[in-house]
Amino acid sequence: MTNDARSEISLHINGTTHRLTVDNRRTLLDALREDTRHIGSKKGCDFGQCGACTVLVNGRRVVSCLTLAVAAEGAEVITVEGLAVNDELRPVQEAFVRLDGLQCGFCTSGQLCSAVGVLAEHAAGWPSAVTPDLSPDQPHRPLDADEVRERMSGNLCRCGAYPSIVRAVLEAAECEEVNR
Amino acid sequence: MKEFAYSRATAVHDALTSVVGQENARFLAGGTNLVDLMKRGVETPDRLVDVRALPLDGVHEARNGDLVIGATTTNSDAAAHPEIRRRYPALSQAVLAGASGQLRNMATVAGNLLQRTRCAYFADLSSACNKRVPGSGCAAVAGVHHNHAILGASPACVATSPSDMAVPMMLFDAVVHYETLDGKGEIPISRFYRPVGDTPHLETTLPDGALITSVTLPSAAAGERSRYRKVRERASYAFATVSVAADLVVRSGQVREVRIALGGVASHPWRARIAEEELRGGPATPERFRAAAEAELSAAKPLPHNGYKLRLARNLIQSVLTEIVH
Repeated sequence: MTNDARSEISLHINGTTHRLTVDNRRTLLDALREDTRHIGSKKGCDFGQCGACTVLVNGRRVVSCLTLAVAAEGAEVITVEGLAVNDELRPVQEAFVRLDGLQCGFCTSGQLCSAVGVLAEHAAGWPSAVTPDLSPDQPHRPLDADEVRERMSGNLCRCGAYPSIVRAVLEAAECEEVNR
Repeated sequence: MKEFAYSRATAVHDALTSVVGQENARFLAGGTNLVDLMKRGVETPDRLVDVRALPLDGVHEARNGDLVIGATTTNSDAAAHPEIRRRYPALSQAVLAGASGQLRNMATVAGNLLQRTRCAYFADLSSACNKRVPGSGCAAVAGVHHNHAILGASPACVATSPSDMAVPMMLFDAVVHYETLDGKGEIPISRFYRPVGDTPHLETTLPDGALITSVTLPSAAAGERSRYRKVRERASYAFATVSVAADLVVRSGQVREVRIALGGVASHPWRARIAEEELRGGPATPERFRAAAEAELSAAKPLPHNGYKLRLARNLIQSVLTEIVH
């Protein structure tokens, strides 16, 4: 391997800095799972189609399988292991547990990271493809089931736990609205 | 995946210098298309120059009222931007109808304009594909092509552009701004995509080594009532079979101004100028909309398995224009 095919990088994962030398071909997903043992992030399709590898990079949900580790140098990465604050589960994690938002659990870490991103995007006033009126002057509408289904459509669940996932995200959204 | 060198550019000039004379260097932005194709072996760059740290992010209004969308603005930020939602709603609608929330957070506006076809034969190294390997043939013409082009294709290639975003860009007469080491340049989007002909591997008129720096939306083209509608094989997170972006101004029942662009039907977003010409100055009725759509589609050459797109495109044009009137 030639030298310029590798890079020395720092990855900030869940508040901890990891210094690594990576092959430039390394994806963020593989760097998480293989180099830094954050195995909560799952490899489903590895082509950006299933959402199982979803993590938050600089606060936004992305698929880590199409993110090169070297390109994530310097960014703040949050994985499912970093969602809880001081060992307190987030409302959306609690809701997934209580409402059975999973069956086999393989897609769950991606669903959770994606849901955290969805709640932040909605709170920031981002519309979705099913938002009836995109005008920025419209009052803030609470999330409904159609909105959650559309916004979460990048996370596939082969078990078909979708109805419970939608309920869990809606409940977490209500909880966040109350706390706002 | 083949080995490659990686660097991160912080100035446009440095980015341009890093790829000069290197045919096999690529600019990396969101990576949602490029990294995917690298994993499949379709793209085999020696060097990636990451352009996301360049000061090309964000949307602002130019002094002449045009809206300037920086090249590395993410699809999410473009779709959520208040001025785009207000003045060019079809663009927000189209971006939001594309991909998934995660991919929109990664993908950039310039990258979206340059994304490659999703033709399965293009992505499969064992298949013939003139776009991937010029002269190797086209497996889609005699293969699975229910989602392929009906307009502007050639025997060499029947692939479609997968972009939703590019369809309203065509509608709004967007202008692509770029920079090379020789200076700055701009290309109206109507001349940005090349006709397929027998060179489907040459997709745009962007000069070699050029970096897109922004895309501008002319203020004169703004359309508060513009709309984008997309038909796909599932309710969300799928490429268009056919999509329509349209804008229409009606006065006293007559069409004053009309613009129509189609997605999913050609190698690039298709401006329906024949239909527009048919409608301009005439009555704004569903019957006229349908006739104009049929005039546009009279040049279509469907393949054995994608003839359904003709009726779909005609009905979509008619229904979107009718919706805008009401």
